Amino acid sequence: MSVTANETGSIERQIPDRLKSPAQRFLASWELLLLGVAVAVFTLNSFASPYFLDAWNLSDATYNFTEKAMIAFAMALLIISGEIDLSVASIIALASTAMGFAVQMGADTSVLILVGVGVGLLCGAFNGVLVTGLGLPSIVVTIGTMSLFRGISYIVLGDKAYTGYPSSFAFFGQGYVWWVVSFEFVLFVLFAIFFAIVLHRTSFGRLVYAIGNNPVGALFSGIQVARVKFVLFLLTGAMSGVAAICLTSRLGATRPSIAFGWELEVVTMVVLGGVSILGGAGSIPGVVIAAFVMGMVTFGFGLLNVPGIVMSIFIGLLLIAVIALPRIARQVLARGRG
Amino acid sequence: MTWSGWKSREVILAGAIVLLVGMIASRFPAFIAPSNLANVFNDTSPLIILALGQMVVIVTRCIDLSVAANLALTGMAVAMLNTAMPDLPVPFILAIAIGLGSLMGLLNGLLVWKLSIPPIVVTLGTMTIYRGVIFLISGGEWINAHEMSDSFKSFPRETILELPVLSWIAILVVLAFVVLVGRTALGRAFFAVGGNPHAAVYTGINVGQTQCAAYVISGALAGLTGYLWVARYAVAYVDIAGGFELEVVAACVIGGISIAGGIGSVGGALLGALFLGIVKNALPVINISPFWQLAISGSAIIIAVAFNATSSRSKGRVILKKAEHAT
Repeated sequence: MSVTANETGSIERQIPDRLKSPAQRFLASWELLLLGVAVAVFTLNSFASPYFLDAWNLSDATYNFTEKAMIAFAMALLIISGEIDLSVASIIALASTAMGFAVQMGADTSVLILVGVGVGLLCGAFNGVLVTGLGLPSIVVTIGTMSLFRGISYIVLGDKAYTGYPSSFAFFGQGYVWWVVSFEFVLFVLFAIFFAIVLHRTSFGRLVYAIGNNPVGALFSGIQVARVKFVLFLLTGAMSGVAAICLTSRLGATRPSIAFGWELEVVTMVVLGGVSILGGAGSIPGVVIAAFVMGMVTFGFGLLNVPGIVMSIFIGLLLIAVIALPRIARQVLARGRG
Repeated sequence: MTWSGWKSREVILAGAIVLLVGMIASRFPAFIAPSNLANVFNDTSPLIILALGQMVVIVTRCIDLSVAANLALTGMAVAMLNTAMPDLPVPFILAIAIGLGSLMGLLNGLLVWKLSIPPIVVTLGTMTIYRGVIFLISGGEWINAHEMSDSFKSFPRETILELPVLSWIAILVVLAFVVLVGRTALGRAFFAVGGNPHAAVYTGINVGQTQCAAYVISGALAGLTGYLWVARYAVAYVDIAGGFELEVVAACVIGGISIAGGIGSVGGALLGALFLGIVKNALPVINISPFWQLAISGSAIIIAVAFNATSSRSKGRVILKKAEHAT
């Protein structure tokens, strides 16, 4: 972010003389702002309801975001690279349907895991080939595959449901590793660390930023743009498969409408986390905090008997407000100087 | 964008539709009975109206994902108004629906124009907000047929020259768009903004304002459709037209409207909507479970976008028209 006000008072893009700590501090401040929101939500919630500060309740509350956040990590990388995948919720539906089908065929838990992740990878590969191989816009492709993947679930299942998952399969969505710490929460933390390292500490992560900031420049620098994007689609598909395993295990049943509308919540989480929808900027810590904010808001409102749809108003307002407020502030500041 | 370039795309789509209808008719001749075709058109009318509004938004490099929520909120608002004041004449209801829809479109447009928030984020947000507001104003209650006045319900069904009013409105909107897109400065501005925003600025077009205008048009049509939808199905509840925004975008994509902006036509949007409408109506006729519809429209989107991309890529950039014809 090298947008500064020059002497005449107008705002223009300047290249800084050197990368210094204020710039880094400015980057960190988005996460800081978000962290402030998270703390505020947490504090307000604990005052609003006496049931909020209960270890088991809080543990239950993490289920509001763990599965979505796992997808959001991969989605963050994809959006930073300048693409988007709106088919993630439908990949969950298809992967879950495939797992349900495998159960009917007598598959055991280990096979179910393979089926879940495998279908996720296949769907991701399908998106990836269409976007990188044929050069199609990802938003249209994934709106198409969003209908296609869930459509296949509907063809297979219709108005029926798959149940009868083996009891050992229940651990992924219902098991606890230690005291109130659920398996899903541990998985969420592990994936957060994994994706944070990949994005912020590896050369692959630098490629993702480079591609997002300037795909043509990245191509001319010798980066295999298509291959990196393809890998990101694979990752997003695989994470949707993992989320499908957790969600199916938690619900114990598969219907074609499973995880309906999640793609929007995942994208909201990513954007709320400070990832630029235009690509090129964002961080995993931001997405992690955004996941907590959304989960805590949902949980707190739930304790206060606020219906889910009213929470969605709040999430929608939050999404627009977090992007609009800094822009309004910048416009007001610029006017003040001029 | 040569004349033959985008006309041929529509000709191919029209050919695909004729082929589709022909295949259905070869086994089920009743499908092409004029009365049935009129039914299919009437059933597709809301999609046609919304696809045209979405077209101008997409042409200006934006997207409006809030149309279905706008439709549902306006529908609920006018249905509640009707229960409170059953004597309010239909023209008033229409004006209120269009006005309310425009306001919601204006909100989208202002956020995109004044704050330069990416369109997909804005409409993703307003989509959930508008849906939530329906719950707030209705308390989650349904408004059923017996609570609506007869004139309110019968308006879209009344027939003029053997076609329901709903179909006539769709036809009028199509004609209005032919004029708007082809014969007005605003119509040209949409394409200028989408084709090259920087060049548009230098020709004196306000890019943000033009995009905002596109959103207002899309919102107004969503509001209009909101009333027609609620009156036609004689029920209003929170989830009506859930997910319809994607069908609308799908109709545009199938109709050859480029998501990158600047390319699109009224005929394309119309044909794209008709294609989806025919598929939807034909499935029960040919004894395929309606559960296939989602997968079929998904495949149609992918095939259409792949086809559009390959046909536009082979053309390349031609600077001199005469040179193109000479070679």
